Amino acid sequence: MKRVLLFLPLVFAVAVGVFLAAGIGKDPTKLESARIGKPVPDFSLQSLNDPEQLLDASLLKGEVSLLNVWAEWCPACWDEHGYLMQLANEKGVRIIGLNYKDQRETAFRFLGRLGNPYQQIIFDPQGSLGFDLGVYGAPETFVIDAEGVVQYRHVGVVNEQVWEEILLPVINKARGKS
Amino acid sequence: MRYLTALMFLLALAGVARAEVAEVYDFETRAEEQRYRDLIAELRCPKCQNQNIADSNAPISKDMRDQVYRLMREGASDDEIVGDLVDRFGEFVQYKPPVDKRTIVLWAFPAIAVIGGVLIVAGVAMRSRKRDQEEPALSQEEKARVRQMLADKDQQS
Amino acid sequence: MYPELGQIALILALLLAVLLSVVPLAGALTGRDSLQAFARPLASGMFVFTGLAFAILTHAFIVDDFSVAYVANNSNSMLPWFYKFSAVWGGHEGSLLLWILMLTGWTLAVAVFSRKLPSTMVSQVLSVMGMVCVGFFLFIIVTSNPFDRLLPNVPTDGQDLNPLLQDIGLIIHPPMLYMGYVGFSVAFAFALAALINGRLDAAWARWSRPWTTIAWSFLTIGIALGSWWAYYELGWGGWWFWDPVENASLLPWLSGTALMHSLAVTEKRGVFKSWTVLLAIVTFALSLLGAFLVRSGVLTSVHAFASDPERGSFLLMLLGITVVGSLALYAFRAPVVHVRSRYGSLSREIFLLLNNVLLVTATLLVAIGTLYPLVLDYLDMGKLSIGEPFFNTTFSPLAIAAGLLLGTGIFSRWKKTDGGWLGRKLLWPLAVSLVASVAVIKMYGDFKPWAFAGVFTAIWVTVATLWDLWDKSSSRKGRLHGLKRQTRSYWGMVLGHLGVAMVMAGATVVSNYGIERDVRMVPGDSAMVGDYQILFKEIGDRRGANFTAQYGSFDVLLDGKKVSELHPEKRNYPVGMSVMTEADIDAGLFRDIFVAIGERISDEAWAIRVQYKPLVRWLWLGSLIMAIGGFLAIADKRYRIKARNEAADKARAGNLVTGKHAEASS
Repeated sequence: MKRVLLFLPLVFAVAVGVFLAAGIGKDPTKLESARIGKPVPDFSLQSLNDPEQLLDASLLKGEVSLLNVWAEWCPACWDEHGYLMQLANEKGVRIIGLNYKDQRETAFRFLGRLGNPYQQIIFDPQGSLGFDLGVYGAPETFVIDAEGVVQYRHVGVVNEQVWEEILLPVINKARGKS
Repeated sequence: MRYLTALMFLLALAGVARAEVAEVYDFETRAEEQRYRDLIAELRCPKCQNQNIADSNAPISKDMRDQVYRLMREGASDDEIVGDLVDRFGEFVQYKPPVDKRTIVLWAFPAIAVIGGVLIVAGVAMRSRKRDQEEPALSQEEKARVRQMLADKDQQS
Repeated sequence: MYPELGQIALILALLLAVLLSVVPLAGALTGRDSLQAFARPLASGMFVFTGLAFAILTHAFIVDDFSVAYVANNSNSMLPWFYKFSAVWGGHEGSLLLWILMLTGWTLAVAVFSRKLPSTMVSQVLSVMGMVCVGFFLFIIVTSNPFDRLLPNVPTDGQDLNPLLQDIGLIIHPPMLYMGYVGFSVAFAFALAALINGRLDAAWARWSRPWTTIAWSFLTIGIALGSWWAYYELGWGGWWFWDPVENASLLPWLSGTALMHSLAVTEKRGVFKSWTVLLAIVTFALSLLGAFLVRSGVLTSVHAFASDPERGSFLLMLLGITVVGSLALYAFRAPVVHVRSRYGSLSREIFLLLNNVLLVTATLLVAIGTLYPLVLDYLDMGKLSIGEPFFNTTFSPLAIAAGLLLGTGIFSRWKKTDGGWLGRKLLWPLAVSLVASVAVIKMYGDFKPWAFAGVFTAIWVTVATLWDLWDKSSSRKGRLHGLKRQTRSYWGMVLGHLGVAMVMAGATVVSNYGIERDVRMVPGDSAMVGDYQILFKEIGDRRGANFTAQYGSFDVLLDGKKVSELHPEKRNYPVGMSVMTEADIDAGLFRDIFVAIGERISDEAWAIRVQYKPLVRWLWLGSLIMAIGGFLAIADKRYRIKARNEAADKARAGNLVTGKHAEASS
């Protein structure tokens, strides 16, 4: 009987080992958005193109859309922009831009250089909508369903692989629902 | 003693032209400032490696500090403030995990382990005592050994 | 050319390690002295070749050989020479090589310093060390070769050493830490050897003790240096953040502390053997776990090396083989028979056992707190963070309980302590400590229950330790003679416990009575922190060897008199494009004044962090004193090799093996 007790450390160590093995290769910095399953928070912000036009949360309703958080100062945004153009032009994805903590002139310069894949761009120089959405850097891309509810958030560059493996399945699911 | 130094201090200060500088955030009382410090030390920067928002230079940490300060101004409680940030960024941003059924093992562990350990030690001590009573006192050989050990210890000490 | 030689040296060392792990063990098991005789030469050869590899890598750094990928990634031609030297262990590959160099160094030390021991024991110990070495040689050769070349596209310059690591603290912190981690492999090897040959006795405990103590001392210094470095270099005045990597170093320290105390009981009284041997295994396993956590990327930390799943898997395999193998051996071979030894419920044995309960609880608490987020994530139950507030609330009561127990236990006797006598004995020290702690708390300000508990515990440990010293040193020939008569290991214990008390006092006071302010200042402003006035004089530019900096000038005044002048900086390292906050500190035995430059708020104004840190130095001073205590303890006469009575020693060793007269020879 007592001998059995001596096996306890071994059992415990093996259990710990299983969890450690499971942790290998996972990215511990990857965070799921806390907003998933919740509607996009209310906001009232200017359109980037037209300071007179005020945009609000109804912009993100009626159709499944991607909400892409970008800024001119963000190097990774330059990297992913080409693929966003492709998504908008070739795949007909509805992309709404959220210009995050940026200035109008620099944002226009960015779009002038790389093109504009966005149906509409929300201008958020203070990052207030970004903060309410739990954005902690750029680029981030949200999948919003037709009811304006956040379905998914991707942190980092969107490219073909991310689109095929992560975003498209989420979008298809969101489309199937409505 | 402390008051005396404080007094001397005020006198010394009188000579200095400028008034006391402002905090980066202004607080009415020391207690409020301390409360703010405790709050920002308990919140984790979501973008950084492993830093609280008090120590991190990341822009998001500054936004979060601003929010903590703003909510404090509006009279929110600590739980409301932490809850507000958790709603936006997830449970990940609290360094103090909430007590719920996932974490009860974690929180209760030290108490359970200490109580369990003390019970085991008590068992060991009791068993040793019981054997002491059951078995005859030290054998002749052991007595000699003990004498030697004690003599030895005296030498040492 | 040279780097390839380094690689060959590593491969040769691996071959020697393989031989070392097989030949002497076979000799010991079959009783062939001729095979056992290989142990020492093999250990020496392994060390020499590893040393050669290390020297070659160092040479590559000194001569800026950027064709070596590791050098190109961690050095730069503009780096001052001493940082080029320390950059050798600034990244994963080189620090692993340093780790292995130390492992082979410890193996050699065992070979050299255990000539008195029975040769079968030495052979088995060295073989086990050899096995550990094989694992690490394979790891470095297969996954982390520091000599990989960037050919033919040799970069013209390197990417520079991480500016955080360009610092004196970081030159010595990793070597000390690794000396500790790796040093526990000796206790581990002794434990396994004792399990293999079934001689788990007082003699085994005596042989393990000095090795454990010295490894523990190094680890203590290593951890303290890390904390000191974080305090002044990370820029925000924190000295312990309960970061996974910090926890990883604390784990073997806590269980190593338990091991040291448990070994004392096993050596003196021949009891708790199974427990002690388990601690020896667990302590080394925790050292390996630390290496895994730092190098695998499973946890997020400010200090972790770049993560690499392949390395993580390899290390986990290494860890798994070592831990499963040794714990299985333990499960089958550890003695279950209860030793016929008696001790009363207030004996020193029981006090040390309770100390073990607290230390092991603390170890498990830190382990669980560190790994819990990983487990929850695996079970898909959310992403939690477990940090400072959790550990502060759960760890502090354990530390206080351990301190209170320690002070009481000092007065206890082996075998049996009379309860009434102990009660009377404790009365005065308790009263003295109580009065002293009230006085100390009054001096620092508000009464806070936890602050009081911490300060009381620290004072209680101090008073009890000194009281016991006073009792023990009473002598008819005078106090001085009495003090001189104490053994070195007793002095070691006294210093160790005083060091613990200092660390507790420092931790309690600085976290409860430290003041930290973020203020908005323009040159000419002054801010108060505690009783000190910080005057912001000016801010300008400065150029360093490989950085540019904004350079502030501050005066620290107390009662209107200038105490010191501080120059914190905000450095910009162009090569790595990183910005570093260099705080400046007016250090003192009883308080530090800490000034750091934060962000620029407007053209004129800066956010400045000013801090008053009472007793913060005691954290590191206390650790140093603890470590000195450890070094003193192993200098005790009974561990020393005396050539002149080798014959007597041999006879004694024979007796020790049977475990019968372990006490008689002390």
